[in-house]
Amino acid sequence: MNAVKTIFAIALIAVMTAGRPVTPGYEIGDTATDFKLKNVDGKMVSLSDYKDAKGYIVIFDCNTCPYSKAYNERIIALNKKYASKGFPVITINANDPSISPGDSFDEMKSRAKSKNYDFPYLMDETQEVARAYGATNTPHVFVLDKVSDNESKVAYIGAIDDNSRNANAVSKRYVEDAVDALIQEKSVPTTRTKAIGCTIKWKNS
Amino acid sequence: MKRLAFILLGFCWLTASAQSEAPLVKIQHLEKVMQTESDQIQVINFWATWCAPCIKELPLFEKLNADRQDIKVTLVSVDIDLDPDPDKVYRFIARKKLKSEVVILNETDPNSWIDKIDKSWSGAIPATLIVNSSTGKRKFVEKELKEGDLEELIATVKD
Repeated sequence: MNAVKTIFAIALIAVMTAGRPVTPGYEIGDTATDFKLKNVDGKMVSLSDYKDAKGYIVIFDCNTCPYSKAYNERIIALNKKYASKGFPVITINANDPSISPGDSFDEMKSRAKSKNYDFPYLMDETQEVARAYGATNTPHVFVLDKVSDNESKVAYIGAIDDNSRNANAVSKRYVEDAVDALIQEKSVPTTRTKAIGCTIKWKNS
Repeated sequence: MKRLAFILLGFCWLTASAQSEAPLVKIQHLEKVMQTESDQIQVINFWATWCAPCIKELPLFEKLNADRQDIKVTLVSVDIDLDPDPDKVYRFIARKKLKSEVVILNETDPNSWIDKIDKSWSGAIPATLIVNSSTGKRKFVEKELKEGDLEELIATVKD
């Protein structure tokens, strides 16, 4: 009987873990988990560190992806525009540096330095945060609405805007529209968008 | 005069055949590829010249294209989304001597067309869609494929 139970348990585990990489991630309105990740300055950063924040612009990003490069200035501009309004930018790199050496912690440090990042650039070494959020590509934005001291809800998931190659030809600024709506306590006009991008470089399991 | 016309005609044919190696297409073209009744199973791969994992898996599609008469491979470049000049793609096709059909997707707003390929697609590449019009089955994957993966995926849409 015990043997049957064991076999059943093994079969159950096999079924549960098959194709595991496809985690559903967050939907709009879900509570976003806080994290504690190492910043390029060596200090640990969490959402809860920002006592006065009204929300957050969390961006899964990296050094190497051409889309991340195309959006780099726009990400820097988002923090300049919204940090003072209570919506700081927090960037997180989840790429496995053994697959993408240009995304190592040292390379992250030099990117943050050369571009004068005035926002965190965190390393998600275990990739647990990227998996919990359901981040798939870079840059992938999650706008969070802080509803109480220790709870934030996902208000927008997707792209920064609708034109990757040309910032001057953008017609829909999804992230700005979402944050503006939250600041004005209105409903976010577009809550989910998709964009072409680089896959997050997951560890080989 | 006749000869000049002949030369001109030949020139037109040459340029036409060079361009047809990778035509710029709209999303409607891909919808047609996905929906048209065919004896062949459609294997549609989304890639770009900047995407390292895409380039790594391209030989798998080339091999499939060479070995299997029952399969039609279409390699869809999304390079234009980031760089409007298709020249890079043409040079890549020539350098890698790609034999599969390549099309360059000429769309600017990904949010308007990604769901038309598959609702589950985040937009990250590489991504591959397999459609069997005779069984009505389709399979979509958003990851880099390894040796043998394609054959397994194709088997799932067979009957």
